[in-house]
Amino acid sequence: MDLNTGFRDPEVAKRLIDSIAATSRTPVKIMEVCGTHTVAIAKNGLREVMPDSITLLSGPGCPVCVTANRDIDTAIEFGRVPGVVLATFGDMMKVPGSYSSLAREKADGRDIRVVYSPLDALRIAADEPDKQVVFLGVGFETTAPTIASVIRQAKLQEVGNFSVHSVHKTVPEALRALVNDPEVKVNAFILPGHVSVIIGLEPYRFLASEFGVPSVITGFEPVDILQGIHMIVQQFESGRAEVEIAYKRSVAPEGNPAALAILEQVFEPADADWRGIGVIPGTGLAIREEYADLDAAKRFQIDPPEVKEIAGCQCGDVLRGVVLPFECRLFAKSCTPEHPIGPCMVSSEGSCAAYYRFTDYGRS
Amino acid sequence: MCLAIPAKIVSIGELNMAEVDILGVSRHVSLDMTPEAKVGEFVLVHAGFSIQVVDEAYAQETLETLKQLDIVGDEIGPPDAAESDA
Repeated sequence: MDLNTGFRDPEVAKRLIDSIAATSRTPVKIMEVCGTHTVAIAKNGLREVMPDSITLLSGPGCPVCVTANRDIDTAIEFGRVPGVVLATFGDMMKVPGSYSSLAREKADGRDIRVVYSPLDALRIAADEPDKQVVFLGVGFETTAPTIASVIRQAKLQEVGNFSVHSVHKTVPEALRALVNDPEVKVNAFILPGHVSVIIGLEPYRFLASEFGVPSVITGFEPVDILQGIHMIVQQFESGRAEVEIAYKRSVAPEGNPAALAILEQVFEPADADWRGIGVIPGTGLAIREEYADLDAAKRFQIDPPEVKEIAGCQCGDVLRGVVLPFECRLFAKSCTPEHPIGPCMVSSEGSCAAYYRFTDYGRS
Repeated sequence: MCLAIPAKIVSIGELNMAEVDILGVSRHVSLDMTPEAKVGEFVLVHAGFSIQVVDEAYAQETLETLKQLDIVGDEIGPPDAAESDA
């Protein structure tokens, strides 16, 4: 197949679907760990065209969804400090913390602003020198280098009124936590394409070598995803376990060395609290000592309230693929995209929102 | 959230900032992560940064797809005032 053309071609898709059905014999549970894949699979009805042997599960691939309540509560407290502008990607606005959300705080008069790039947040700091701008750094390895670059720039330009609250997370070790979790029954991974543009193939190698779990770095078009599944099924049926790239037009095996260097310069590995999974050592990114004056947690003394979890919400189990969205008793009843209760329904890339928008599960 | 959109580099200015064209919309993005990128090449843009240089044929087809799905605006936001003045 020519990788540069026809990746939405129905004929190519049909050939791949037929080949997957002809090849797949053994039951296999394949988990995708990217919110963009979650949406693409639901929107294109790919789950419905799989043979009975293949189950597609959604994992912790939505950075908004995996952000723990405590981290949202902390961001809200930064927004309550007098004179602070809290800048955030729009996805975070409606996510509920223990007692409030950023959207509710904004409605209550706090200065909370949605930006499309951390560069926009730095620009606000330059334009409004009498304000303190705190950027809420959320995202995986795709996004974290953009924030690292802006931190570096703020340091270089001696911007005194800009800081970052980093709740970034890194993907590979979270996958180790999943395969080590006895409740999680996953045989293979569809690995995130744009995270892998940055980190490349090597950090996932242990999935195959230590755990025998076939894993394929996959793009986002329907044909890309089918090709990723096809490669997984071929590995599975021939008894191989490897980490392969199905998204070669964007992902180099070594990743993006310039981005990795920026990331390494500004951040160091730290523990991170994942909703539904708990603390996973080494999957967070803390701001290095050299840039400590740009760390919001070191600039402002705040006192977040005691964490309260959302009653009845099974988002945490959904994020591990232990519970399917429609198996949660709130799904499509009290919890809908119009009135979301948990983050998996709030975020457009959340598994619950994707199931609700594109399928009839739980409502027929 | 990890969506990345192809853009064509129109010009490269100071501080590694480049003017890019995304389906006719002009934006300014940082080339910090792709210092090798040149004018006329296509890059994947995420959160105001170029994260990878990509092949033109692939870029064009992805843009067509994104246009059909009408999600480009969601990802890059409105063109900002400072840029339209320039």
